Amino acid sequence: MAYAHTIEHAEIVHRCFRCGYCKFPEDYVDFNCPSYKAFGWDTYSPGGRMWLIRAWLNDEIKASPHFAEILYSCAACDNCKNQCVFPKFKDFLPEIFQETKVELVNEGRIPPGVRDYLKAIATNGNPYKLPQAERGKWAEGTRLEPYTNQEYLFYVGCVGSYDEVGQKMARSVGRLLVNAGVSAGFLGSAETCDGNEVRILGEMGLFTQLVGDNIEKFKERGVKQIITLDPHALNVFKKEYPKLGGTFKVFHYTEILAGLIKEKKLALSDYPAKVTYHDPCYLGRHNQIYGPPREILKAIPGVELVEMRRNALNAFCCGGGGGNFFTDILGAGEDSAGRVRVREARDTGARIVAVACPSCAKMLSDAVKTEGLEDTLEVLGIAEIIEMARAK
Amino acid sequence: MSDILKALIEIVGERGVSNTPEELWFYSRDPGVLTPHLPDYVVAPKTTEDVQKIVQLANREKIPIVPMGNGMSLAGLVIPLKGGIVLDMKRMDKILEVNQMARYAVVEGGTSQGVLKAYLQDHYPQLRHSIPDAPPTTTIAANMALHGQGRLTQQYGFNTDMVTGLEVVLPTGEICRIGSPSLGPYWFSKGPTLPDLSGLFLGWLGTTGVITKIGLRLYPNKKIRDVELFVTDRVDLIPDMLYRLTHLEILEDVNVWFQPKPLMFQDNFHITLYFTGDAEEEIAFKRKMIWDTLQPYMDSKDGGFMSVQYMKPMLMEMPQRGIADFADVPKGGGFEYSGPITIIEHYPQYAAKVVELAAKYDVLYASSARLISGGHCMMFSISFAFNRNDPAMMERVKHALDEATAFALEMGGIPWKPNFMEQKMTMAKMDKNALKLLQMIKKNLDPQGIMNPGNWEVN
Repeated sequence: MAYAHTIEHAEIVHRCFRCGYCKFPEDYVDFNCPSYKAFGWDTYSPGGRMWLIRAWLNDEIKASPHFAEILYSCAACDNCKNQCVFPKFKDFLPEIFQETKVELVNEGRIPPGVRDYLKAIATNGNPYKLPQAERGKWAEGTRLEPYTNQEYLFYVGCVGSYDEVGQKMARSVGRLLVNAGVSAGFLGSAETCDGNEVRILGEMGLFTQLVGDNIEKFKERGVKQIITLDPHALNVFKKEYPKLGGTFKVFHYTEILAGLIKEKKLALSDYPAKVTYHDPCYLGRHNQIYGPPREILKAIPGVELVEMRRNALNAFCCGGGGGNFFTDILGAGEDSAGRVRVREARDTGARIVAVACPSCAKMLSDAVKTEGLEDTLEVLGIAEIIEMARAK
Repeated sequence: MSDILKALIEIVGERGVSNTPEELWFYSRDPGVLTPHLPDYVVAPKTTEDVQKIVQLANREKIPIVPMGNGMSLAGLVIPLKGGIVLDMKRMDKILEVNQMARYAVVEGGTSQGVLKAYLQDHYPQLRHSIPDAPPTTTIAANMALHGQGRLTQQYGFNTDMVTGLEVVLPTGEICRIGSPSLGPYWFSKGPTLPDLSGLFLGWLGTTGVITKIGLRLYPNKKIRDVELFVTDRVDLIPDMLYRLTHLEILEDVNVWFQPKPLMFQDNFHITLYFTGDAEEEIAFKRKMIWDTLQPYMDSKDGGFMSVQYMKPMLMEMPQRGIADFADVPKGGGFEYSGPITIIEHYPQYAAKVVELAAKYDVLYASSARLISGGHCMMFSISFAFNRNDPAMMERVKHALDEATAFALEMGGIPWKPNFMEQKMTMAKMDKNALKLLQMIKKNLDPQGIMNPGNWEVN
């Protein structure tokens, strides 16, 4: 069949049955696809998106702004990949969405928010359009040293470097690494965007350039092992950098901190609190790291860990993935992912939502305000909670 | 912007209406083989009052309305054959009430099977509903609009027999409660002892109104559920086996299936027998009764029990996720089936017909029959998979299904969820006075002919 457009997996797109298992978690308790939940049209579900891609490939619909919105409203949370019932097909769902976005970028048919994000990265090296010199400011007062061939590079990422909520998280991790005597350094103004969102949004030219520059920079400095603040960075370092010649040993900070606690290098005091943990998609579903954050919380005397109805493989996304953290295509309506998620957290009776990703921290903090839950629910990074337990 | 679009936005807000090419394209089709037809608008109401206003508008302007759940009948029943409004009901998804003691639930018209299942597991683990093997996104109301079946159909009849009350918006816009909720707050009876008006809506494929609330019976969720799988190559003996098994009155669900792939299943007929209990002793007793019943066939070497160990997780799933996988066998993303309701005695003839049609049209088949109501009848599915990228194969499947329906009618069966062409075939064969009555009801309820037009249309 001749396609007017093409993507690498064009020949299998028709195999989607649009049965809708992809909308749900394993036990069907609620819709688990953030864009379907927010918009409510079948077109915004993974199956709907798949059928529209086929229509677009067959030239039955055009790449309109609405088509682009549908594609870019995907939070890349990977729920669909895990719930699709077609074993030989399911693994390609995220690729098919990503490949279509690559075509939309190539054709210049992307939503303004996506355009602005990519432009800011290309021009400033970060989506906040802030000076590179300010990138390391978060580290002030942490006693963490710039990277000079230490055992680990602590890579913070754009959100941890520039966003107030992310900076708090980064500082906590930095301080704990220093206190535990971990040999780690940060790049500061030499750090640039890791490219995870650039890739998922489909700008492969910029992505390749960012990755190439980062790999060169890491190699020049002798980086062998990386601790990331951001699960998005962890994901791209682990899965995409090796394809372009950059193989490093990559850890999420919760993996390192969990080890330090086990080795008794971080003493913990009593911290009585009911805490629920939100699994970031790029840590959980994308990289199957579910244990370490929970091990940390369980190790803190006095912490009662209560799970949300949807957790681990079935966790509901905060809505910040797939570039939505910056492009805000999912919006802040009543059924937006962040708001749904904090209501679910509230239902556990917890007073703290523990997070392990700066994007989740920001998304859920904003949602707590929108839902008027400031008096009952606080969003804190795992390292921040450890610090509170150590302060007592 | 058209006046109609403005009026719809006024009712459901901008996020509740779409007429963009993307939504119109998607809502013009279902996963089956029928030709799509574009609607003019897709509208998603959130309340009964929204539905009422939309129906009033449509009635005034003579705009067709097609109520839709998840659109998974595969028979094109929500394809807007004459355009108009597709009413996506899925935003009306609240579970309104569970009466534990009276064992019923009341849900809105877009509530999915999956969400109710999870809700009962969380809050009323001792109760369950008759969940179909369709994907969990399918809605309860849509299942009732086509006389669906489920896991408890063998014991309790069609899922529509389990309805305990309805709220419908009539084609002329009135909101109407049916059964016990028409008299008081309780949803325990859809009709009896009143004249049973629910029959004006159940099984009518949305041609007589929009179901906005539905009550349905819940049943005890036993602590233990188990399964046995009996295999035979003697299709002629199956009716007798089923007759004996249903005499036991202890089986939750009975499915008889056969398929040529994987090859280990070829040339055999498989009877899956589900049974439940609250104690191991009860399960052991029921297992013994089942084995004793089928012992004569084992003695004559006409069949035997197959180990279900490796298949058990799949067999026990509700709904069975693997069923959709059939669509992927020809690497093609599609299957469709005709599911006539027939008497058990005819099983061998239907089984032969499936194989004959598959060979004639060069398509891949699978068949699974489900007993209904203790064996008074069964649903016999004649399923054909197709490759969505192969229009010729889709056309062959369409012809094979048409022929299957013609065969079922010849055999005195009733088509289940017939598409608009099969409805015509059915009406052509129907008793003339019954057809006249159908026409009278339809005309009186829907004088403008706006409800899912093209379906159950008597000319």
